[in-house]
Amino acid sequence: MHTDTQLATSNLTAVNPRNHPSARTRAQPSQSRRTTLGLVGKYAVAIATSLIAIFPILYIVSASLNPNGSLAGSAGLFSQLSLENYLDLFDDPAQPFGAWFVNTLIIGIVTAAGTVMLGGLAAYSFSRMRFTGRRFGLLTILLVQMFPQLLAVIAIFLLMKGIGDIFPALGLNTHAGLIVVYLGGALGVNTYLMYGFFNTVPTSIDEAAKLDGAGHARIFFTIILRLSAPVLAVVGLLSFIGTVNEFVIASVLLTDPSKKTLAVGLYQFISQETSANWPVFAAGAVIAALPVVLLFFALQKYIVGGLTAGAVK
Amino acid sequence: MTTATTPEADSTAVQPPRPNRRRAFSAATPSIRATMIKIVSLGLLDALAFYAAFVLTFNSEWVLAGGVVVTAVVINVIYLKRGWLPAKYLIPGTIFLLIFQVYAIVYSGYVAFTNYGDGHIGSKESAIEALIDKSLVRVPESPAYGLVIVERLGQLSFLVTDPEGEALLGSDEQPLRPVADAEFAGDRAIAVDGYTTLDFSEMIADQTRIAAMSVPLTDDPNDGALRTPDGSQAFVYAATMQYDENADTFVDIATGTVYEDTGEGAFVGPDGTELMPGWKIDVGLQNFIDAFTEESIRQPLLAVMIWTFVFAGFSVAATFAVGVFLAVMLNDERLKFRRTFRVLAILPYAFPVFLSAIIWSGMLNPEYGIINQVLFGGADIPWLTDPMLAKVSILTVSLWLGYPYMFLVATGALQSIPHEYVEAARVDGASPWAIFRHVKLPLLMVSMAPLLIASFAFNFNNFNLIYLLTRGGPQDITTDMNVGATDILITLVYKVAFGETGGRDFGLASAFSIIIFVMVAIISVVSFRRTKALEELN
Repeated sequence: MHTDTQLATSNLTAVNPRNHPSARTRAQPSQSRRTTLGLVGKYAVAIATSLIAIFPILYIVSASLNPNGSLAGSAGLFSQLSLENYLDLFDDPAQPFGAWFVNTLIIGIVTAAGTVMLGGLAAYSFSRMRFTGRRFGLLTILLVQMFPQLLAVIAIFLLMKGIGDIFPALGLNTHAGLIVVYLGGALGVNTYLMYGFFNTVPTSIDEAAKLDGAGHARIFFTIILRLSAPVLAVVGLLSFIGTVNEFVIASVLLTDPSKKTLAVGLYQFISQETSANWPVFAAGAVIAALPVVLLFFALQKYIVGGLTAGAVK
Repeated sequence: MTTATTPEADSTAVQPPRPNRRRAFSAATPSIRATMIKIVSLGLLDALAFYAAFVLTFNSEWVLAGGVVVTAVVINVIYLKRGWLPAKYLIPGTIFLLIFQVYAIVYSGYVAFTNYGDGHIGSKESAIEALIDKSLVRVPESPAYGLVIVERLGQLSFLVTDPEGEALLGSDEQPLRPVADAEFAGDRAIAVDGYTTLDFSEMIADQTRIAAMSVPLTDDPNDGALRTPDGSQAFVYAATMQYDENADTFVDIATGTVYEDTGEGAFVGPDGTELMPGWKIDVGLQNFIDAFTEESIRQPLLAVMIWTFVFAGFSVAATFAVGVFLAVMLNDERLKFRRTFRVLAILPYAFPVFLSAIIWSGMLNPEYGIINQVLFGGADIPWLTDPMLAKVSILTVSLWLGYPYMFLVATGALQSIPHEYVEAARVDGASPWAIFRHVKLPLLMVSMAPLLIASFAFNFNNFNLIYLLTRGGPQDITTDMNVGATDILITLVYKVAFGETGGRDFGLASAFSIIIFVMVAIISVVSFRRTKALEELN
């Protein structure tokens, strides 16, 4: 499948010869034929890429609608259509998909909100205040993202075991415990994104509000945050997606089947018996992916803006 | 922690009519509500801190208790004192960062210098107790003690009547002692003041706990203990392993073998057998030395390291190449449905990664997967089970997952390249390839270099892709270690620490994470230096 793209590449280089002097001596008509050929090549690349990108997703949607009960029977795309797998998905107490889904939503939303809040507070102080240690703080935040929490998963496991002895509500096998661990990563690249965006909000707005008697907290909550809604959405979404995808820490901290997240639950479900569980897993995958994909495309404009702002800066 | 030269302090200087701006700040309109929120949150925090400090003190964890108190005091001071504004905003995120990231990494560093893991969890004292407990066997022909189980505050105890008819009470922690005020039914003690006697159904409910109890006869655990097979009679069990406190050795009474503490966190016999459980000790650099000298670890570790670099390097290079190529191709306004193509092209980025990895593992399944069944007409290509092909599969899926990100970023960066540059090159007669190679690509690199480094660091630890697609497999059968052909360092850490096969070895796994940590640190410092990305910070 990879070869499609490479074929297209070689076509294109053939059409665009490197020795430009000879190209220049050619007559005008060949110039226009060259661009037409180039355009055809671009269509070929675009179509090939789209097919490769969409194929696995079409496949899983098709498998989820195919009632033939195994991985083997899911080969023909959309050969059979039925909602049986979706009904089975919510029907088995051994694999409480509904609970996993709700757990993931709760953990994802709370973590995203916490990340926006903690990161926003820090970004505000970096953007609007000048203090010793500011540069050091910014550098630290930039470097911290190089060391993801999963590197310290053993220490986190032992730490949460210890915390659980004092506060059982925060210990192993609790959602609150998992969320506070995730919030440990709240100051990171997200803060940096927000910092960059806050810097683009003119300080004259702050000054005007100050003259009207607004305090720093009021300026932050009612002016800066409101004017930065797009970047807050991006950071919230990136954090949400990150949490939904997080596997290592969730798998180590959550052991009770009904407390698991989608990533851990679905993986263990499918690794028990890959072939037999495949159609039901496919249905679960479609439902699990739906909110993330919808959110992503709803906020796509902002995400692309946020990513490129970080890149071009 | 910080000296504040804040903007509002500056404005105080420019505005003499208002003597204290900061006061005006906190006294602004919602002041009562804000103050209430502040007081309530600080109160809640203090209550939690007080409780934590109390429990920690109760458990004799003095250092931690002190830490909690000091942290709570610092937080209170920062929020109640005027000024120190940056600290007020930085504290919440920093606390989480310090506990769950910085402390966790430092603690990993500590664990890497211990033998922490299965069989080496607790202290030496608890290991000795556990060893004696484990070696208990019923003394042949020993008399039966009449028994009832009594309970107080959730704690179970034995109330026994010894062969002489005297009532004795004891629990796991408390050796047997005579009780004077026991209530008898016939010659059997059946109740004692302050304790509730369990009835039959309660005993059934608690039977696993009761079966696990062993009540020492005296203060010396070597004297043996009472255990019960059925909850109505207790028998004397004696340890077959005697602990000699003066010599610090264990002696197997049946064989006479002496087990010594040789400083390796366990009692070791003359033939090298270790008594388990052992205990946790500091082993210094032993884990690191093992990792690089012991053949059974070094060989696989080296292979895993090389593959980690190949995987991360290839992933970055391939996704960058494909992403930039697509961005150039689709950046043509004459292309119809350009928007649709773009949305389709970034679809893999919108789809949750953990699901993509599992879906690909199903698609690449050699027997039933759609790739073999449909695309290769029923072939039997071992995509995930052949060491070489599994690596190819991983790299391909990694490219599928990663190119949309590069495509998005490169599209943005391409569009921000001033049109005049391209135009000028074209006027000079440069071919499209030359324009790309000598004008666009260098400009792209300027903005994308930091992202390439970040992407490398990300892929270096791309646990999800590897573990969910192949589990690191196929398994390498030439070594005892639980390691496979596609394992990268981080999946190896996970397997060594939490793997289902073999004992969990937190110490060795932490040593591996420290190795990753050092590698990533070196790579990022060196490459950030070169891109000068950090110099833009002011």
